Amino acid sequence: MQGIYNLNKEDKNNAFLTTVKSAHYGDGKLNGIPIAVKDNISTKGIETTCGSKILEGYIPPYDAHVITLIKKEGAAIVGKTNMDEFGMGTTTENSAYGPTANPADPTCVPGGSSGGSAAAVASGMVPMALGTDTGGSIRCPASFCGIVGLKPTYGRVSRYGLIAYSNSLEQIGPMAKTVGEISALMEIISVHDPRDTTSYNKPYIHTPSADISGTKVGVPLEYFGEGVNRGVSEKVRDAISTLEGLGAEIIECSIPSMEYALAAYYVICTSEASSNLSRFDGVRYGPSVNSKHQWHDEFRTYRGEKFGTEVQRRIMLGTFALSAGYYGKYYAKAQAARENMRRDFRRIFETVDIIAGPTMPDVAYKLGEKSDPLSMYLTDILTVPANLAGLPAISVPCGKTDGMPVGLQIMGRHFEDERVVDVAFAYEQEVV
Amino acid sequence: MISEKEVESISRLADITIPKTELGEFTSRFNNILEYFDILDKVEAEGESESDLYNILREDEITPSLPQEETLKNAGEKEDGYIRAPKVM
Repeated sequence: MQGIYNLNKEDKNNAFLTTVKSAHYGDGKLNGIPIAVKDNISTKGIETTCGSKILEGYIPPYDAHVITLIKKEGAAIVGKTNMDEFGMGTTTENSAYGPTANPADPTCVPGGSSGGSAAAVASGMVPMALGTDTGGSIRCPASFCGIVGLKPTYGRVSRYGLIAYSNSLEQIGPMAKTVGEISALMEIISVHDPRDTTSYNKPYIHTPSADISGTKVGVPLEYFGEGVNRGVSEKVRDAISTLEGLGAEIIECSIPSMEYALAAYYVICTSEASSNLSRFDGVRYGPSVNSKHQWHDEFRTYRGEKFGTEVQRRIMLGTFALSAGYYGKYYAKAQAARENMRRDFRRIFETVDIIAGPTMPDVAYKLGEKSDPLSMYLTDILTVPANLAGLPAISVPCGKTDGMPVGLQIMGRHFEDERVVDVAFAYEQEVV
Repeated sequence: MISEKEVESISRLADITIPKTELGEFTSRFNNILEYFDILDKVEAEGESESDLYNILREDEITPSLPQEETLKNAGEKEDGYIRAPKVM
């Protein structure tokens, strides 16, 4: 059935940057289902800003692969969601268009960078949304808002049409209230695409199963260390006991390379960003530069005015890390740390089937609470390992502490997104 | 530790102007982060990469692309089907 979906719910949390009041939909598995899309995913004819002033007014002339796929299944794209500028943040406060509030408590952040997508789902404006995850940007807001979010295995979802921040780390993934909906949306978006050369032809075709008896669950001690909120640890330990009650076998393990994960992650993502974001020069898209002025003078002024401080910081950190004389100290070491981390995971996955722990070390922060960039970076410690190693990882709600949602994170082997979904599904079915 | 002057030179390389009034705070936060990155000095590569990755390249063939009109739509200044950019010389 063809038709028009009218989004007439009030956006109290500033979840959306753009709303499509009358969204067309068609036939298919997503017939008439309203879907919100993070604003760094290209949507033909719908403004796409990445939460930045530098892309204000940009109307993509083509659809991202995932958008083509969900449209083909009849989805109604009802709007573009708020985000930290170019995905650079953990709270959605780095958006150039104001922060998003957490529907669970509007004085708190929704997490980031896909905070708008998480808030749109958690508040009931839409049942499903697309987010992107470079270092936790789907799982963090899922955890903070009390919904489910999946970062697929690197390569499982095409990045064609995703406005690039850090190519070797980021993936598009589904966000929803239930694991069943996550699985259904994942099935639709995981179709191979030759336009992304890292897209792997291994579609996710799966119906979640709650039978996890005999599954070996690794619990890394680093995920319950110093800096993890006690209430969060307790809730996640309870959730792991629930998995044990369902017949899973719990095995303690250790990821020694975690010590370097965060530094390696920030060197790699800023280095890639410094190259990717050089394309924003006000010539081909976005507010335009004055062509009467001198090249570098004009770009410097323009990029100084249009990029937010965090984006400028990351571009400059990457420029520095890649500069002559420093490459060996930063980038080469970060790549070695990344390889050591992959090796750690390979070793652990010889004896366990999945790894479980908290998604975030804490519950949602108050708006404005985290103002120092380094202390903000440190909160990504439990999510970046899956990006560095390219593993599938899901966050599923596992109760509340201090009145705020806590997320259980489940990571799996490469291309075992199905198993990660099953364990989350089994947990969800048991506690709901 | 890097100086404000070095930060200014990085900002020139990155084509980003940092206002003089913000340079002090920018530099101090920049240094905090670089200090944290020093932990990487301890990393030792544990042997060769075991990855089985390979490059995927397509043939250099012309495939359908966007019409000129569409590609120019988002550009600011245009002239005779070209995009006008700032002066290089």
